[in-house]
Amino acid sequence: MQNDKNVKNALDKKAAYGPDVDINAFKTGTYTPDKIDNIEETDTDMKDRMVNVGVTPCKSGRSGTMLFVDNGPSHISSCNDDIELMSLRDAAKRYDLSEYLWKAVSPDKDKYTAKSYLEEADGYFIRVRAGKHVKTPIQTCMLINRNKQMQNVHNIIIVEENASLEVITGCTTSKHATESLHVGVSETFIKDGGSLSFTMIHNWGDKMHVRPRSGIIMERNSRFVNNYVLLNPVGSMQSYPVTYLNGEGASAKFNSICLAHEGSDIDVGSMVILNAPGTSAEIISRSITLGGRMMARGKLVGNAAGAKAHLECRSLVLNDNGLTSAVPELESNVADVEMTHEAAVGKIARDQVEYLMMRGLTEDEAVGMIVRGFLEGGISGLPDHLKREIDAAVEKANLGS
Amino acid sequence: MVLKIEDLHVEIAGKEILRGIDLEIGTGQTTVLFGPNGSGKSTLLAAVMGLGHCKVTKGRITFFDIDITNMPIDERARLGIGMMMQRPPNIVGVKLKDLVTIISGDSKTAMDMSNEFKMDKFLERDVNVGFSGGEIKRSELLQLASQCPQFILLDEPESGVDLENIDLVGNKVRGLLYGNACNKREDGVSALVITHTGQILDYIGADRAYVLKDGMIACSGRPTDLLKDIRMKGYGECVKCRMIKM
Ligand SMILES: Nc1ncnc2c1ncn2[C@@H]1O[C@H](COP(=O)(O)OP(=O)(O)O)[C@@H](O)[C@H]1O
Ligand SMILES: [Mg+2]
Repeated sequence: MQNDKNVKNALDKKAAYGPDVDINAFKTGTYTPDKIDNIEETDTDMKDRMVNVGVTPCKSGRSGTMLFVDNGPSHISSCNDDIELMSLRDAAKRYDLSEYLWKAVSPDKDKYTAKSYLEEADGYFIRVRAGKHVKTPIQTCMLINRNKQMQNVHNIIIVEENASLEVITGCTTSKHATESLHVGVSETFIKDGGSLSFTMIHNWGDKMHVRPRSGIIMERNSRFVNNYVLLNPVGSMQSYPVTYLNGEGASAKFNSICLAHEGSDIDVGSMVILNAPGTSAEIISRSITLGGRMMARGKLVGNAAGAKAHLECRSLVLNDNGLTSAVPELESNVADVEMTHEAAVGKIARDQVEYLMMRGLTEDEAVGMIVRGFLEGGISGLPDHLKREIDAAVEKANLGS
Repeated sequence: MVLKIEDLHVEIAGKEILRGIDLEIGTGQTTVLFGPNGSGKSTLLAAVMGLGHCKVTKGRITFFDIDITNMPIDERARLGIGMMMQRPPNIVGVKLKDLVTIISGDSKTAMDMSNEFKMDKFLERDVNVGFSGGEIKRSELLQLASQCPQFILLDEPESGVDLENIDLVGNKVRGLLYGNACNKREDGVSALVITHTGQILDYIGADRAYVLKDGMIACSGRPTDLLKDIRMKGYGECVKCRMIKM
């Protein structure tokens, strides 16, 4: 059991990265939001915001939907017997979750995890049964409905042996919740032969603070693909998920795409710890600075023979006011590992823009095409809906000079 | 008159590369540009296209009587100027298919044309990335053909092309100049062509040739005559003897 006193002490513990947020300045949001039976009937603002983060209000093409408003579940529907989808609090009543709860993220990691732990934050619980391949994704949406409050969620995903699942999660706010804090602890467990594709799309506001805390534990021959996309302005966003490849042959891939608008402070990275022989990992990050602050981190730790990993951080600077920094780290504790990294920060190449203009594209069209190529190229298997989101964001950002 | 260049001076990175060029190309005419390496041939084409690294410090370029000296590149393209680059840049992340589709306006045309240029297998590839010499030329010509320019700047279209591809490249250039696809004006498509070897002249006719040396036009004449002189005597001699005749 965790020592509650240690966790209480951690309430003042600043996070390792990102600007510090005074969590006491935020009210704790409600744990009992209004229930919504049919999300097709939610008001249009809410619906639009969900659609913007990849969550569709219709049930078709989805195995299940869960909507969290502030700190509690507002809607849960599932149409697939191979999955369990419920709130974490309900799951804890039904099952003994002691082998999962706070096993992938430490509660005294920093003040945000401590707060979630001490409040026994609710969240989603998703489990896919052993051997089951769920064809259509589960979607979850974390929505903040009230201003100046702290959304505090704790999520658990379990992919049982040889099962596979895709999860799309979107996080956003209603239009009047402009200055809130989102803290989300997510613990993911992928068992032998299991496979999970997890796509997270964030759409916040320019005064929102966002502190996700994620840990992923992977067993033998399991697969994990994580896509993270942040295209709109945010006050500050800092996350650094840690993945433990504990089983032989496990592999993880992290893709992230971020736009750092003027005034946004983004510090995003991933760490993958390769603890078992024959594990592999890839971290690919693409970011664009439009006048904001962009930190792209990545760390690979090789602890077992035959581990293979690659880390790639590339950033385009489109505006002189911003700050961009790519921080790749490799750490190897055994001899027989193959780990590489690549980092590049630069501006858009003028000769490329002119080449496209020569073919009749306007300067804006040319820059947009190169930027979209930069963001999407090099990342394989990006879902089509994400590409459309990225295209739309690049268009909206009006990148030409 | 398609193109008229008057007393053109161009600087690159503060260094004067073109030092007073005068040149005229009539409608439907093809003009050839010879000259030793580094004489400024590519720079002249780049200046006509409006590429940013070439700074026009003096003189004027007019296209069908429109002053284009300071016109943005894309506007020149829309007026009907097209260019095949000698060494085009890699556009990482941009698929050839997407580019050709944007240029030609629809994906069906893009598909059909890419077959014709033997580029169908490259549509999913990033533009120019890892293309061989011949593939680059075919890709450039495919893009040009999708644009249908009225006036074409060709920078050494045959260089780096192997024997197998030279026929395809030559015939496609001929198609651009004399085919019906792009010949929207009655008076035909015109061109300014840089060639070292003169090989491309087996496929297209040329009306006039110039030799560029040290950023100036050293001499001009009939393309076949000049080429014969250059082949026999090299640029030094050729320029000398023609200068005396002028
Ligand atoms: N981008 C550039 N930056 C600096 N110098 C250049 C650039 N492009 C061309 N030059 C210089 O301009 C001169 C003419 O080059 P170029 O027009 O390419 O010659 P050509 O095509 O006749 O071989 C050369 O001395 C070359 O080094
Ligand atoms: Mg040249």
